[in-house]
Amino acid sequence: MQNSALIKTQDLVKIYPVGWKELVALDHVSLEFQTGEFAGLVGPSGSGKTTLLNIVGSLDTPTKGDAVVMGKKISSLSHKQAAALRKKHIGFIFQTFNLLPVYNVYENVEISLLLLGLTHEERKKKVMQALEWVKLADRVKSRPAQLSGGQCQRVAIARAVVKEPAIILADEPTANLDAENSYNILETMVDLNKELDTTFIFATHDEKVIRYLRRKITLFDGRVTKDEQVTPQGKGENP
Amino acid sequence: MTLFKLALRNLLGAGLRTWLNVVVLSFSFVVIIWMQGVLKGMNNQAVTSLVDAEYAGGQFWHENYDPYDPLSLQDAHGKLPDELKDLVEKEKATPVLIIQGTAYPEGRMTTLLIKGIDPDQKIISLPSFFLNEKTGEIPAVIGNRMSENTGLKAGDTVTLRWRDVNGTFDARDALIVQVMRTTVQSIDQGQIWIPLDKLRELSDMEEEATLLIVEKNILDPPQVNGWEFKSLDFLVKDITQLVKTKTSGSSIFYVILLLLAMLAIFDTQVLSLFRRKKEIGTLMAMGFTRAKIIGLFTIEGAMHAVLAALVAALYGIPFLIWFAKTGWPIPESMDSYGFALGEKIFPVYGAGLVVGTTLLILLVTTLVSYLPTRKIAKLKPTDALRGKIS
Ligand SMILES: Nc1ncnc2c1ncn2[C@@H]1O[C@H](COP(=O)(O)OP(=O)(O)OP(=O)(O)O)[C@@H](O)[C@H]1O
Ligand SMILES: [Mg+2]
Repeated sequence: MQNSALIKTQDLVKIYPVGWKELVALDHVSLEFQTGEFAGLVGPSGSGKTTLLNIVGSLDTPTKGDAVVMGKKISSLSHKQAAALRKKHIGFIFQTFNLLPVYNVYENVEISLLLLGLTHEERKKKVMQALEWVKLADRVKSRPAQLSGGQCQRVAIARAVVKEPAIILADEPTANLDAENSYNILETMVDLNKELDTTFIFATHDEKVIRYLRRKITLFDGRVTKDEQVTPQGKGENP
Repeated sequence: MTLFKLALRNLLGAGLRTWLNVVVLSFSFVVIIWMQGVLKGMNNQAVTSLVDAEYAGGQFWHENYDPYDPLSLQDAHGKLPDELKDLVEKEKATPVLIIQGTAYPEGRMTTLLIKGIDPDQKIISLPSFFLNEKTGEIPAVIGNRMSENTGLKAGDTVTLRWRDVNGTFDARDALIVQVMRTTVQSIDQGQIWIPLDKLRELSDMEEEATLLIVEKNILDPPQVNGWEFKSLDFLVKDITQLVKTKTSGSSIFYVILLLLAMLAIFDTQVLSLFRRKKEIGTLMAMGFTRAKIIGLFTIEGAMHAVLAALVAALYGIPFLIWFAKTGWPIPESMDSYGFALGEKIFPVYGAGLVVGTTLLILLVTTLVSYLPTRKIAKLKPTDALRGKIS
């Protein structure tokens, strides 16, 4: 084990006030992730997967304990510092793709780079490369409404990877896709993980995603009940 | 720079809604500039007519003269001091004597001002030369409104009655030699013009005057005791004020128009913040700060004004130019406004007006666009991404 993990959570607790009561969404979660991992959070609905991803992604803050991401303590980041961390180092992939409808494919990917102070040429090169990875270089002018769900998610992946972040957080990326498209997406992400050494963390209960994981962390009621290295099976014989 | 690009794309992406807002806002642009132009033209015209017909380069008033107090007229006359007489001799000024009198047109009694003026004066545009007509009675000129009110026409005789300097009543017949068409009410309504010499003689006020009108562009008028110089600025102040008050009602119209446009933009902003919550969350996830997102939405709203200015220029400039050329026939009812207007108003649009209007609309639109976006400052990224109503 390396000394300085890419991501480290220490007794992470997240409590939501619900009416008069409190809901413990994360209960003393301590985990470490190294660069290049391809890991997944699994567990039943409401077990805290999304909550954990959000805190690691600096979109949310812990109630107790802390998460240290790339050396930054999430609990002590200002809104601006959190935004800066996301801007440079974290890419998100959402269940609902979250593409911006008025922009075309190229522009949707380019937005990710707009805040990084690159020249137009540099941006163009990176965007086209990202679109090559997801095999959509021929659809730059299309709008999200003109794409299939699988294509939309591939645009979203391109948008996440185009800035070559250290971490990509994917919350149920395949939930809105059919099997064929799900496998496509997963293959793409495995390739990117190998090629760029990007760390992928999924939150999922999709069996198809789980088949690709190299590490499987099981959450139950906000607690880590199992954390195991697994052998990825890939698409296998029975899709 | 990039925010502007994103904002423009969002705005154009919104399609019809954007263009509806833009068109409404562009109306505000054109109407405000047009109305202000008409008012400016109206004011200019009123001032010009007044200056031509009554004020010329300014007036010396006898110290007791108060145009708003007819009773004061009794004491508001005196001999011209030498400095002023000098001006008259050099044809740089013309004296006017005013006394109060009564006339009996068609047997009805009406009070009026009898004004004496030199028939040969060239200082104001009042057609005093008609008073040179040789007639057994006193030659007199009245304006078209006075003619209408009293029923007096050219060729009619009217009995005038007045008190002379000693307070004794005297009466004489005057012959209307001319009814002058004038747009200036203050040389028309309730008054009759007769030769100055005649009036001096009848009232026993030899060489006296109530006021002295000096030529246009006079340089440093002399200081004299008992006579106050009233500059042009002072004299037209009232009329400028009058134009303002009489026309202030019309500004309600464009205030309402602007309000409607602002309401539409406000509504659009609120709706788009509501509908695009997930988009806001996505931008936050990509590392946009709240300030940047507020900026984006504010610019987006403010750009309505920029587009509106362009659209307004497209149809507004030809319209406004055409209008300035053809003028606007004045409705009959406006004659009662109390200031002089020609047959038509020609609007005057200054650069200041156009720039000022544009800046005003841009400012108001930006403010209205910004106000709803303050909500973003309290929005948590996770709530925004969920896209639910908070
Ligand atoms: N903003 C919130 N306010 C109150 N409770 C919340 C909030 N967000 C999440 N929770 C609660 O926290 C618990 C964990 O939610 P979370 O979304 O992390 O679960 P999950 O494992 O992602 O579930 P799923 O598989 O359905 O996405 C749930 O019980 C949920 O109801
Ligand atoms: Mg979830």
